[in-house]
Amino acid sequence: MLAFKTRFNYLFTSTKGLILVAIALCALISAFFGSLSGPMADLGVKEVIVKTFGIDLVEAEREGRLIILYHTIAMAVIAIETYMITELVAMKENQRVQINSTITFGYLAAIIGGLPFAYWGTSWIMHGIYIAGLTLIFFAGCLLAYALWPWRKEYKVKNLAYSHSKSGYDLERVAFFSVSIVTLASALFGAIPGSFYGNGFFTFLAENVVREPIKTTLQKSIIGHLHIMLALIAIACALIICRYMDFKGILHKIAMPLFIVGSIVLSMGTWLVVPFEGIAHAIIYGGSTVAMLGALLLVIYSWDKLIKEGLAEKGKKKGNFFQGVAALVRDPLKFGVTWQMVFMNFTVSGVGIFVAVKLDEIFRYWPFMDEKLILTGHWHILATLTATILLLYYADFAGLKGKARQWFGWSVIIFSDLAFGAVTVYEMKRLFVDEAFQQPVVNITTLLGDIGLVVVLVALAALMVWRLIDLFKKNGRWSEEVHEKLESYVEEN
Amino acid sequence: MKKVTIILVIFILILTACKPVDVNTLAPVYETGVDPESWALIPAGYFYSGQFNLQTKIDYDYEMMVTHVTNQQFAKYLNEALKDGYIKIEGNQIVGYYPGDEFHGGRHEEEIPAGNYIHIPIDDLMLRLIYDGQNFSAKPVWANHPMTMVSWFGAKAYCEYYDWRLPSELEWEKAARGSEDTRPFPWGETIERNNANLINSRDPFEDMKSLGSRTTPVGFYNGKTYDGYVTLNSPSPFGVFDMAGNVWEWTANVYEEQHYRYLRGGSKDVYENYLRIWVRNSSIPTYTSPGFGFRCVK
Repeated sequence: MLAFKTRFNYLFTSTKGLILVAIALCALISAFFGSLSGPMADLGVKEVIVKTFGIDLVEAEREGRLIILYHTIAMAVIAIETYMITELVAMKENQRVQINSTITFGYLAAIIGGLPFAYWGTSWIMHGIYIAGLTLIFFAGCLLAYALWPWRKEYKVKNLAYSHSKSGYDLERVAFFSVSIVTLASALFGAIPGSFYGNGFFTFLAENVVREPIKTTLQKSIIGHLHIMLALIAIACALIICRYMDFKGILHKIAMPLFIVGSIVLSMGTWLVVPFEGIAHAIIYGGSTVAMLGALLLVIYSWDKLIKEGLAEKGKKKGNFFQGVAALVRDPLKFGVTWQMVFMNFTVSGVGIFVAVKLDEIFRYWPFMDEKLILTGHWHILATLTATILLLYYADFAGLKGKARQWFGWSVIIFSDLAFGAVTVYEMKRLFVDEAFQQPVVNITTLLGDIGLVVVLVALAALMVWRLIDLFKKNGRWSEEVHEKLESYVEEN
Repeated sequence: MKKVTIILVIFILILTACKPVDVNTLAPVYETGVDPESWALIPAGYFYSGQFNLQTKIDYDYEMMVTHVTNQQFAKYLNEALKDGYIKIEGNQIVGYYPGDEFHGGRHEEEIPAGNYIHIPIDDLMLRLIYDGQNFSAKPVWANHPMTMVSWFGAKAYCEYYDWRLPSELEWEKAARGSEDTRPFPWGETIERNNANLINSRDPFEDMKSLGSRTTPVGFYNGKTYDGYVTLNSPSPFGVFDMAGNVWEWTANVYEEQHYRYLRGGSKDVYENYLRIWVRNSSIPTYTSPGFGFRCVK
């Protein structure tokens, strides 16, 4: 009983344990429900899973099912980010405990209620649990925003190398705070119109309505909601990586105001989609460019730091280009977190801007189904690349070392990039191949995409199995992690 | 050595996925026994439209073609219509006059003024017709397959030449769903691989290694067995075939503030969820595709 209690304490009260549970649940949900579509369906796995588990796939409810599935996974990711923020940003211990426990109950309720409601019959009790879960997560967000309130004397910066206001208030904290506030508002931006106009019954996927010339308020607000929530999850992830890399100095001083302004302007732009769709896009472009500049500065700082550290390890102060690159990539976990941000520009931001600029000239000449592929691929890649960044960070503080660290890190980086590069080519294929001749391109890109995703999932599974085995050991890593803080992995403070 | 083996295996897999496409590859010839000249009566009355089952009334009887318009039918039409001057050859296209749409200046709307518009591209390799300089005929293997590579203008002109018309979206949906229930597929609640021609349905015309999915003859999914390939009888409640899969079907509606035309039914190239009755595809009206076809109503 004591053995069970100590492990339970680790998994549900320590930050590292909570993150492990949330990652494991994300992995299980993705693996299980991923078997209901794509190549797994083609191979007949879907049929077996549906029959074995008695899943009730009502065709008219498909969009609703997917929306709930995305939300449950997103809630787990938001919980992971929240656990990281409550550790990395100074706050009172009782606040940290309150936030973490509320959000844990919230996302578990969202999963426990949402998935059975979506996949195993329409039980409104389950739906109630799901909604209660989402509500708890929102409440945890309110608690987080309160805990992050930056204008308290005790949270003034002690080291002037970090971005701060004239009176010494910590601008990184302001960035976390403003992201939490606009995230709460953006969550309402989906929840309120969804309840008011659709009452939850008229579900639709945003990518299915992009060509409607006159969009309803519900359609506009849902499109805005999903875009901003994904963008804010990505910005929060970037801020977490700022802490992880101990971002500071002049670039930090420039980047933090950019993150603050970028996230606020971007959010306002998406809220304005409802009343002023025309001008809203310009505001969104402005906000996202500013936020992306902040991320670029993080990348520059981070790579410079990794190169300097790598060269120093070899006893050098300066090196040639190849020595610099070798130093940069010597640790895939630390390199990967920012490399994935750079890669995001090729497969998400770059593609998104290109499509927006050439929309009427190229993409609206394609059938809707071809345009829809880009939209769906676009946000899947953004979401999953963000997840890989968090995963690489987790692998670092979970204590992966030596060859395992190299194998895991490079597997995630190379194969996720391979998969998303292939998916990007697949979704844009009409630019260079006609329908009649596309099959070889489809075959190659789907094969590479599948290989990439399978390797990433296997790497994730290996990491989870390693942690699971560790839980059976009396004095495994878990027994140390139960007391460890994430800050210990920030090298300087 | 292990690393080299892994890299080689991956390389071979990629290479085997990379066979060039020969669009002239022959296909088996099957007679389905379903007459493409036949029509099904859709009686006036209520039906459930859309994903959310809105009770909708169409207060007139109409008839819909039991199958898609075939290559053979379209070739016959081209010869007659060219002779009559109803359509003409311009460069490498068959074109015809369209009186234009009212332009509303909607967001992303493009003006469609009166003028000649493409019906079919004559020189496209995917066109299943032969033109000998005088007459059109269907390529023998593809005669009873749906006419594809036809634009919305071409589909509309075909129907109107015979005093028929393209179905509206609602007419199409009622013909596919029947008037009794809220079924998602024309034949019922669930879909099997041999209910319809969809992607990876493993029908005798499909070759996912190089050609991809190809059309099946009209009325193919009628419960017959073709060289060992067993089909399920899958007409709609009104006896209309291929209302899900095979080719997307152009519909008639012209909506305010947009120039797109809508297509229904899913096709050989998409997954099962796109074969649900309420799913819509859209395209500019001049687009021609090996996955787009049509049928008429009267």
